[in-house]
Amino acid sequence: MQKTLDQVDENRKAKVIDIQGGQGIRQRLSQMGIHPGDIVTILRYGALRGPILIEIHGSQVALGRGIASKILVEEVE
Amino acid sequence: MSIALAGQPNCGKSTIFNTIAGYKAITSNFPGTTVKYTETKTLINGTTCLCIDLPGTYSLTSGDPADLEARRHLLSGEVDVIINVVDASLLCRSLELTLQLLELEVPMVLCLNMMDEAQRKGINIDTQKLSEILGIPVIPSIATTGKGLKELFNEVMKVWEEKKKRKPLKFSKDIEEIINELVSILLPKRLVEEKIPSRFLALKLLENDQFFIHEINQFKNIFHQVKPLQERLEQAHGVPSDEVISSERHALAMNLFEQVSKVIHPPKKDIRIAIDQWVMHKFFGYLILVGVFYGFFNFIFGIGKFVEEPMMGVFDQWIGWLEGFFGKGTLSLFLSKGVLQGIAGGIAIVLPYLVPFLIGLSFLEDLGYLPRVAFLMDVFMHRIGLHGKSIIPFILGYGCSVPAVMATRILEFPQHRFIVSILATMIPCAARITIIFALVAFFISPNAALAIFALNILVVAISGKILSTFYPEPGSLGLILEIPAYQLPSVLNTLKKSWYRIREFIVIAWPILILGSALLALMEYFGVERYVNWFFSPLTHLLGLPVSVGTTLIFGLLRKELSMIMLTQALGATQVLTVMTKTQVMVFTVFVTFYIPCLATIAALWREIGRKGALLAILFTLSVAIILAFIAHLLFGVFPL
Repeated sequence: MQKTLDQVDENRKAKVIDIQGGQGIRQRLSQMGIHPGDIVTILRYGALRGPILIEIHGSQVALGRGIASKILVEEVE
Repeated sequence: MSIALAGQPNCGKSTIFNTIAGYKAITSNFPGTTVKYTETKTLINGTTCLCIDLPGTYSLTSGDPADLEARRHLLSGEVDVIINVVDASLLCRSLELTLQLLELEVPMVLCLNMMDEAQRKGINIDTQKLSEILGIPVIPSIATTGKGLKELFNEVMKVWEEKKKRKPLKFSKDIEEIINELVSILLPKRLVEEKIPSRFLALKLLENDQFFIHEINQFKNIFHQVKPLQERLEQAHGVPSDEVISSERHALAMNLFEQVSKVIHPPKKDIRIAIDQWVMHKFFGYLILVGVFYGFFNFIFGIGKFVEEPMMGVFDQWIGWLEGFFGKGTLSLFLSKGVLQGIAGGIAIVLPYLVPFLIGLSFLEDLGYLPRVAFLMDVFMHRIGLHGKSIIPFILGYGCSVPAVMATRILEFPQHRFIVSILATMIPCAARITIIFALVAFFISPNAALAIFALNILVVAISGKILSTFYPEPGSLGLILEIPAYQLPSVLNTLKKSWYRIREFIVIAWPILILGSALLALMEYFGVERYVNWFFSPLTHLLGLPVSVGTTLIFGLLRKELSMIMLTQALGATQVLTVMTKTQVMVFTVFVTFYIPCLATIAALWREIGRKGALLAILFTLSVAIILAFIAHLLFGVFPL
């Protein structure tokens, strides 16, 4: 089932399907190694709708909720 | 010859740089830019090399002005060899930058750093194979212990002597066809600049890189041929052309990674993950944050007070001797006293607080704690209308306002850069922190100093709210920030890094302090000081301060430390409390903490946000300072300290 990244629970893995946004956001995410097809693990949610911490290719990246809501994913496992 | 260290942030580039940089290292601004690079001249196997530490960049395609500057330097034709430093434990992601650097067709060596970290993660890398595929030397290293660095620089010299250029890796066939087509259009024209390899330029144009698209715009016939090629890529792959190229590079990097690395065992149980459970916790994270900064505060104050007290005693005694030696009221007494007070100010007042502060800041920086602070504070930054990343310029602001203003370049929108630049100058820099410690904490109480820091954060937050309503943001992207693994900083590196910053005070600021102090003594002797004080008397009167502090405020514009050192000089007493009440000390410190940034900062503001912005910053900070100091004057007038 497809959902956005900010709807996935902590400690779950998800596969990136699509990044809905302009060239700017696509480029910034691709710099962090986030592309369609990649598997990310949701590590934790910040307090009070703070950022989301994810793991991608062995590194940890913090994403604001706004950004996370633009990443379309599919839960795996 | 010239070597450039390039790599992604947190890959250990600067550690390598600091290891080879003698203490001759200088920090310099590159012509035409304001981003700070560090460069050093060093002797490698008998050849003098200019080594440049470029700021960390995730890729060579970016809208971030700091990244563009790194790219501009790499393309300037002045770099003989690139050392691409890679965090071996993040090889897959890092290879994407490596592939882009190869596109520059400059001789290159890959430094596979943090091998210990990769081993801990259970990743085994076949460096031989990686070197064969990339066609460049690959040297494993552990920069924190210096392991592999000698081999690295030997290899750099070898590559430089051979001057061998390596052709970039090839993409899929259909993409290569389009690249070649564009290259054949570009090649005969020798466009943009000769130094830029045509294949690199072709790729950037296909990636819709705004900088090069703009450059090419002047050649209309070429410009019109780029678009159809972009469209062909888009039609064939069903995604925008920039995504086609970046996905291709990503796939290439992943493929490469799988070919050369093997996971030999699951990652060892890492205590650092357990630490982050607490440090980034929804509740305890904030508790720890407060604890860390409270501990940091006491660390600085403890050391500073321990050193300041006995030292001031010694200098007081010497000043007494001077009076006996030269006789009261003589010019030589005024001058020698001025010089001695300048020296004393540096040694006894500034350095005791500055040294522990800078060592502590380097430690927190190298440890990797600051990005975690950004994670925790992001939501609050949004509340005051700012981007979460703004916390980085703010934290840097506690060191010095100039790099803080420069660091606003990590923000995408000019509106953000504008607001954050102004706010960052309101954060007390190391010089002002010294003043807060040496005056308020020392003479009143440590808690009063803490109150000033708290008040400062509150005022910055409110100012942020006010400024962001006047300059609203245009739908920002939100936080995208790497949270690097903790690194236990090596003692040597922390000391070296702090030393570079302390030296800045000793070499530049201290002589100004001594000169300023002597100048003030002369002004006092010839009675000029009275006119300056008279000019400022409406302000000093309003705030209930002694008239004689007027001059110190002028000197504070040169260097913030001067305000304080001049204070002891202007009042004619090292024991401030004999001539000022605690309330006056408090009001003075509040005013100095907030008022007009120093000249170096104004210059940085001018460059970053323009003349109008700098002017606004001056007026804004001055009004805030007057209002707050006046409130403090009224408040402590009723409730004396």
